[in-house]
Amino acid sequence: MSETILKRAPAIDGWFTIDDEPVLLGNRCTTCGTVWFPKASFFCGNPACDGGEFEEARLSRRGKVWSFTDAQYQPPPPYIPRSETYEPFALAAVELDAEQMVVLGQVAEGVTVDDLEVGQQVELVVEPLYADDDTEYLVYKWKPVTS
Amino acid sequence: MEAGDLVTDVVIAGVGMHPWGKWGRNFVEYGVVAARAALADAGVDYRDVQLVSGADTVRNGYPGYVAGATFAQALGWTGARVASSYAACASGATALEVARAEILAGRCDVALVVGADTTPKGFLAPNAGERPDDPDWLRFRLLGATNPTYFALYARRRMALYGATERDFAEVRAKNARHGLENPNARYRKDFTVDDILASPMVADPLRLVEICATSDGGAAVVVVSADYAKRKGLDNAVAVKAVSTVTPAFPQTVIEMPNFATDSGVAVSDSVTPFKDSIAAAAYEEAGLGPEDLSLAEVYDLSSALELDWYEHIGLCKAGEAERLLHDGDTTIGGRIPVNPSGGLACFGEAVPAQALAQVCEVTWQLRGQAGARQVDGARVGITANQGLFGHGSAVILSR
Repeated sequence: MSETILKRAPAIDGWFTIDDEPVLLGNRCTTCGTVWFPKASFFCGNPACDGGEFEEARLSRRGKVWSFTDAQYQPPPPYIPRSETYEPFALAAVELDAEQMVVLGQVAEGVTVDDLEVGQQVELVVEPLYADDDTEYLVYKWKPVTS
Repeated sequence: MEAGDLVTDVVIAGVGMHPWGKWGRNFVEYGVVAARAALADAGVDYRDVQLVSGADTVRNGYPGYVAGATFAQALGWTGARVASSYAACASGATALEVARAEILAGRCDVALVVGADTTPKGFLAPNAGERPDDPDWLRFRLLGATNPTYFALYARRRMALYGATERDFAEVRAKNARHGLENPNARYRKDFTVDDILASPMVADPLRLVEICATSDGGAAVVVVSADYAKRKGLDNAVAVKAVSTVTPAFPQTVIEMPNFATDSGVAVSDSVTPFKDSIAAAAYEEAGLGPEDLSLAEVYDLSSALELDWYEHIGLCKAGEAERLLHDGDTTIGGRIPVNPSGGLACFGEAVPAQALAQVCEVTWQLRGQAGARQVDGARVGITANQGLFGHGSAVILSR
């Protein structure tokens, strides 16, 4: 690795913040109050609502594991492997109480399925997904709450 | 005519398949072989077909997107109408529903429904290109979430809710291996013990390689005709189409579904809705005027071993949490009370996406006619198929003798 300090950027714009206490950025229909992640645009998907205006919603940083698994084999493209030798990772679907929704994400590096259980508390972090010559692209992940 | 009478008016006159495998040839070839087999089985001349309804494949270029026309041209242009349907794994059921609707509307008497696919090796991956607005592309890029990721989430959830074990899942796979042994159209005809399965490499914990549906080449076809035509032509081995369900989810959909990043939020809705997978068969039962107690057999979409247990509950064979008991009691094995996947299911076939829902219909038809050979369910009178396609496509078909 070179000593160049890479810039940090989200792997996709507008889905989450990358500060010290990252949050998922959804939005809320100003007509019916339904929360959407990823963000809704133009129209609300609640069939009882004809709304089309949304305000940004910062989703709960913590939730409970609904279920979990891992990827023992390297996923196909457009997944971008981070290393020559494939490193398996875990994924979790997490229930957010306030939003009454479940959000799927990878689990933080170093955490395996042996460290996870349904119902456990996790919180949002951001970690590198892949990098190019000058930028490290970050993605949201779920990490078990230890304290 | 009463609306309720319509469902007895469409019958399956013939079915046919091209064996599943990894043959590496053009999908059109499999479709034509299946179509000719179905026409021969029906005793219908291809030139009498008035509608060719194709189930699309999205991995074989333009001919795959216009499957109805592709098969019509391959079989020889006759001036018949064509239709092409895409509903992911449910495409075959949608193509069947198009044919049935045309017959019920009185626009034709004889329709040929065909689905076939040639698939690449390995995980089903999205089509190439940068498509950041496509959730099916994004889930691979941002999460590395493959299809088995979602199957495994359901399996692990089942373990947490109902105490299911990896051994239970392996027993489903072993049952289906036994069912498929004598099926000449199955790709995998190998007996697996539970211990063999538990020794298979883990792919997406708790699911192992042999418990996850492979991708296959294959073709299936169905000749559907009006009951009146069947009577006129003396097609007396026909099986009645009692219902076709192609329902979508109801909002809010609170179970995470492929290829989504999240469920709907329930904050703005106070009424509960029927969960999507429960609604698929429910709509078919309602149309047929039948219930799970009337079934002789079921063909369900076992994309994973564990998912077959979920389907027992979604199609009403038992209450939530009781599927493992049904399995252990032998109820869902051939010879049991309600055999599930007597064909061997996806476990023995692997998935040829546009052909798969039609393959289920072929199997139920053979079973109801008593032509299923070593895997025959004795005295089969009513059968259901259940399936779900990516992006909210439900599919269930009820057939009766």
